[in-house]
Amino acid sequence: MNDEFDETSEPELTADEEALVKEMPTLTNVGQARRTFLGQTLAGSLGLFALMLLEKEQALAALGTSPDAVFARALAPENPIKVTLKVNGAAKTLELDSRVVLLDALRERLELTGTKKGCDQGQCGACTVLVDGRRVLSCLTLAATLEGREVTTIEGLAKGKQLHPMQAAFIKYDGFQCGYCTSGQICSAVGLLEEAKRGDVSHVTTDVTQTTTRLSDDEIRERMSGNICRCGAYPGIVAAIREVHTGKESARTWRFVEEEELARIRKEIADETV
Amino acid sequence: MARYIGKEMSRVDGVAKVTGRAKYAAEFKVPNLAYGFIVLGSVAKGTIKSIDTREAESSPGVVRVFTHLNTPKLGPKANTEYAPPRNNREQDKSFRALQSDRIYFNMQPVALVVAETYEQARYAARLVRATYNAEKHTTDTEAVRERGRFPSQGQPPKPRGNPEEAMKSAPVKVEAEYRIPVEHHNPMEPHAAIAVWEGDRLTIFDKTQEVYGVRRHLASSFNIPEDNVQVISPYVGGAFGSSLRPNYYPSLTAMAARELKRPVKIVYTRTQMFTGHGHRPYTIQKIALGAEASGKLTAMIHEAVHNTSSFEEFSDNTTGFTRQVYACPNLYAPLRITDVDLNTPTWMRAPGAVSGMFALECAMDELAYALKIDPLELRLINYAEVDPVSGRPFSSKALRECYRLGAEKFGWKNRKFEPRSMRDGRLLVGWGTATGVWGAFQSPASARITYRADGTAHVVSATSDIGPGTYTVMTMIAAEYLGLTPERVQFELGDTKFPRAPAQGGSQTTSSVGSAVHGAALAIGARLLTLANQDASSPLKGAASADVEMLDGRLRLKSDASKSVSIPEVMRRNNLTEVAETFESRPSPERQKYATLAHGAQFIEVKVDPDIGQVRVTRAIEVTACGKIINPKASHSQEIGGVVWGIGMALQEATEIDHRFGRIMNPNLQHYHVPVNADVYEIETIFVEEDDTVVNPLGVKGMGELGMVGIPAAIANAVFHATGKRIRELPITPDKLL
Amino acid sequence: MRPFKYTRASEAGEAARVVAANPNAKFLAGGTNILDLMKEDVERPNELVDLTRLKLAEIKAAPDGGVTIGALAKNTDTANHPLIRKSYPLLTQAIVAGASGQLRNMATNGGNLMQRTRCQYFYDTAMPCNKREPGTGCGALEGINRIHAIFGWSEKCVATYPGDMANALYALEAQVRVRNASGRERTIPISEFHRLPGDRPEKDNNLEHGELIVAIDLPKSPFAKNYYYLKVRDRASYAFALVAVAAALEMNGSTIRQARVVMGSVAHKPWRSAEAEAALSGKPASEESFRRAADAALANAKPLAHNAYKVELGKRAIVRSLMRAARLI
Repeated sequence: MNDEFDETSEPELTADEEALVKEMPTLTNVGQARRTFLGQTLAGSLGLFALMLLEKEQALAALGTSPDAVFARALAPENPIKVTLKVNGAAKTLELDSRVVLLDALRERLELTGTKKGCDQGQCGACTVLVDGRRVLSCLTLAATLEGREVTTIEGLAKGKQLHPMQAAFIKYDGFQCGYCTSGQICSAVGLLEEAKRGDVSHVTTDVTQTTTRLSDDEIRERMSGNICRCGAYPGIVAAIREVHTGKESARTWRFVEEEELARIRKEIADETV
Repeated sequence: MARYIGKEMSRVDGVAKVTGRAKYAAEFKVPNLAYGFIVLGSVAKGTIKSIDTREAESSPGVVRVFTHLNTPKLGPKANTEYAPPRNNREQDKSFRALQSDRIYFNMQPVALVVAETYEQARYAARLVRATYNAEKHTTDTEAVRERGRFPSQGQPPKPRGNPEEAMKSAPVKVEAEYRIPVEHHNPMEPHAAIAVWEGDRLTIFDKTQEVYGVRRHLASSFNIPEDNVQVISPYVGGAFGSSLRPNYYPSLTAMAARELKRPVKIVYTRTQMFTGHGHRPYTIQKIALGAEASGKLTAMIHEAVHNTSSFEEFSDNTTGFTRQVYACPNLYAPLRITDVDLNTPTWMRAPGAVSGMFALECAMDELAYALKIDPLELRLINYAEVDPVSGRPFSSKALRECYRLGAEKFGWKNRKFEPRSMRDGRLLVGWGTATGVWGAFQSPASARITYRADGTAHVVSATSDIGPGTYTVMTMIAAEYLGLTPERVQFELGDTKFPRAPAQGGSQTTSSVGSAVHGAALAIGARLLTLANQDASSPLKGAASADVEMLDGRLRLKSDASKSVSIPEVMRRNNLTEVAETFESRPSPERQKYATLAHGAQFIEVKVDPDIGQVRVTRAIEVTACGKIINPKASHSQEIGGVVWGIGMALQEATEIDHRFGRIMNPNLQHYHVPVNADVYEIETIFVEEDDTVVNPLGVKGMGELGMVGIPAAIANAVFHATGKRIRELPITPDKLL
Repeated sequence: MRPFKYTRASEAGEAARVVAANPNAKFLAGGTNILDLMKEDVERPNELVDLTRLKLAEIKAAPDGGVTIGALAKNTDTANHPLIRKSYPLLTQAIVAGASGQLRNMATNGGNLMQRTRCQYFYDTAMPCNKREPGTGCGALEGINRIHAIFGWSEKCVATYPGDMANALYALEAQVRVRNASGRERTIPISEFHRLPGDRPEKDNNLEHGELIVAIDLPKSPFAKNYYYLKVRDRASYAFALVAVAAALEMNGSTIRQARVVMGSVAHKPWRSAEAEAALSGKPASEESFRRAADAALANAKPLAHNAYKVELGKRAIVRSLMRAARLI
């Protein structure tokens, strides 16, 4: 072991993290070096899983079946269907109850829990994934209908540890709090930028006979309205999409009151009171 | 000079969340999992006459159907920290599933179907048939408002001065009644649990704001030692108060798993979330304000009544802040509760405060118009220099600065006083303001820090992070006081294997848990100092722990940085690879000498389309004075969230009950409207930091609730300014503005 | 959701035959409404015939100068098709006013016509509803009926058709082409596609069981210049209409040659107002003409306990949408 650890150095970045730094030239963070920011977020998140959650899951996976555990009588599934589809690039063949929707297939059968169940009835957008590149709701998509289709979920957007620019922008602009709607928001945002490239119109498009590929803030807001965020992170979501769409950074919308300003205000108050 | 505190930092759990790897309660993989699906009843009051489960039981894949007839009786339920009344010796009376044939509210669970797959359980749940002996019910708070009584906890409220006489003689008076419907939290993540038993030991993954509360609840339910229960809740997909108390599903899940000797998972459907936890109560408020022509308040009478359930008392202290927010010698502000046949209400973001301040701050606006005084000016005239309740000074209060800065930034001086006097083309423009207030709470909390010789630290506390950024802020605090970079610090939460922390509620996490992390870091420093000074040649000889600080792996004198020792070196000399300290922080007795509140001034612009009644909140400025800001980035997001919640409450949210059936008719997100992206424009935050050494060592007050408190009133006031219509019953939907 | 047999149809005739042979079979297209209702146990088919592989998604010019849109074309693709945007921009506006981007990517044109009501009592199987369970009564008639009908309702049912696209199709006088199990095609004028509840509210429309919508024919339209789709709702987006109006004008200078006024979310079907259209014909395009037309349109409205606002809102929405259509604002 080193006599003293190198306190001032930034943490070693893995090759993937180095690639990530290069991939996100716009990802700067006020008051903090980019490398530090990335290293910290990656280290933090990966550590959490490595240390706690995986460990607990592994312990449970090793649990035997209780000898008196109660199971249903063995029955072949009714109305079984077989479907072969691609999920995040990998071919999957599933034998399923015909009633299984894509959302439950992902979460309960394919261990892809990044896609979230918020309402299960098409009213919140948390379950948004891309099917053949288009954003759809996985809660209202029967798995059986997906023969030969390509499904991309939140787990399929990053390349290795290299975040998709939309994922990085969501972090940069704090486009989430609890994180539960985030997968759907990001998939939706990725899908909508493709729609914008095609020149699709929206409810707030002034003249639907004209084609534009440039999204105003109002256009982004309207087009993202199928994804509810109860934490209310909408302004950050719009800023993230705006940056990926235009390449331009957005200004901060918060500030501290400077000491001089505060002194001035206090003096004015005192003068008035006198 | 702080390295991290007060500087913006992106969330340390950000990558986990944007890649879908953050695991929420329902997402843990366990073997032999069975799926539970809850069956809801269809009457509001009475008893179950019969329940036929035969068809469900014979449905493919069904493992068992539980009803009140075959569900084991659970032990008396211990009170958790968050249970009304907050008295841990009393038994918690909150609703429990399948314990009797009694029906207390419509959409109460009457059966649980457990099957091999989710699809099988969901279908078989439709095959359970119950009949009822229905009894006459009441779900309409209006119908029983006259039966309102004072909550049994605490003293009946006493008037200050002589409000009735003062009201009579007040030269200017306003009086009005305000209404808030039942509202539901609707976090995006449905409530869920996975229960796994190993003999008498229970592991449960749960969505909760307090793992220790769930542990206590489950231990008493199954009559097992608390140490036998591990509650794990690393990520919570929003909660807003709906997971402060253990809801009925964790014990239901654990019961089924115990009976079936295999893991069981239960996830509420969106519909089940409307009775699977409490709600913001239906609140009727009558306010009378009396003032001199100068605007000076002479009398305030604020009477509120809201619903509770037939089986349990709940009150959200609706009128509490009315007593503290303005200086007024004569005041009466009682809250009454009245029983209806709904599930018990609960805390929902800014509980009580946002309801009470909606009424009070609208009434202040009405008074301003009665007096022809600028609404902001009226608030300054009645500014409380000391706490009107106790007469004590405030530990800090920069509200006046907030008002002024907000007015400057917003351009308030350009506001025309008369309603309907400002326009943007066809749209009417309205500017409104309101005061925000919330308590600077702190509860006992513990944290443990393990400082390793390799210069990393592991920090743990059993708090939770429902979204405010607790992972990040605790990492920052630990990094600051351990003198490490944040990437060398790893913070974990949401597990009963970690030291005890209070529920994440009431905006007290940073003050409580942050103080514990701070204290644990100082304890590490003290320990290292002791170890270092065992060496006769230590340059820190004679230093007290308060004289030293850690920075970049060295322990050094604050007054003379050249006097320092290498921490790894100290450890190596003592044959240690790590040093661990657990610290419990408690509110300082010093707080008793002061009133401790957080404040804010909130400014709103609306644009109203007068023809079709549509309101848009086009500008929002939050000026916030809540002590020290640790992470302005996440704090700003909290303020944004407060505004968005305020928009929902003011303009959209209402749980609709068909009182004939006593049943909630919009238990979904297609009819219970919450704001969507297109409802929200830019929201600005200005932080006015307060230097407050009283509230806690970090000087933080908390802001998760504060940012919402004044918003509904500010919006309603802005709508009045735009349209001349005073809407006193929320939400302000288009039909009310025609 | 009840167990059901899943069949993937490869050809329209086959799909129609399978459904015709089983009274409990249903077609599945985008799935955005039927799967939701199946989860709620409101729809209970024991067989679903998946139409999504059928070649019925084409949008093409018709010989008569109109345009044919395939029943299985997605809402998004329909709204953004150059032929639609150029010649039927009212239809584009109506489609993009509905639901969300994700749902419009899934929903088909045929499925959109089949969309069922959003009445809260229809969705809740513990509540009375004649549409869901004939004979159980109408929960909304004397219950919570803020979003319900002000026209054409019966004692049996006060539900509304909630969609947006169809309101424009009514204004554009579309024809719905359907095919039955024996391969016979018939054409239903859109105005006769949906029905009023009367004594049989369980029937939303005039399709026979097993009849499959194959296309929607849009006649050549004079309404590509002066049109507006207005949707008033409780929030800015992703909500059903309180009142919607599809308005279109054919102008002759400043005089209205002919007008179309269709209201949405006010009846069991899109509500085309012959009275308003007659009041506008031959009149100058002015706020005054529009007010008269709006008064005529709502003159016979019969509001329920909680939806009287729709009468006033309907009038204002008509005036506003006509003002927009006439480009007066």
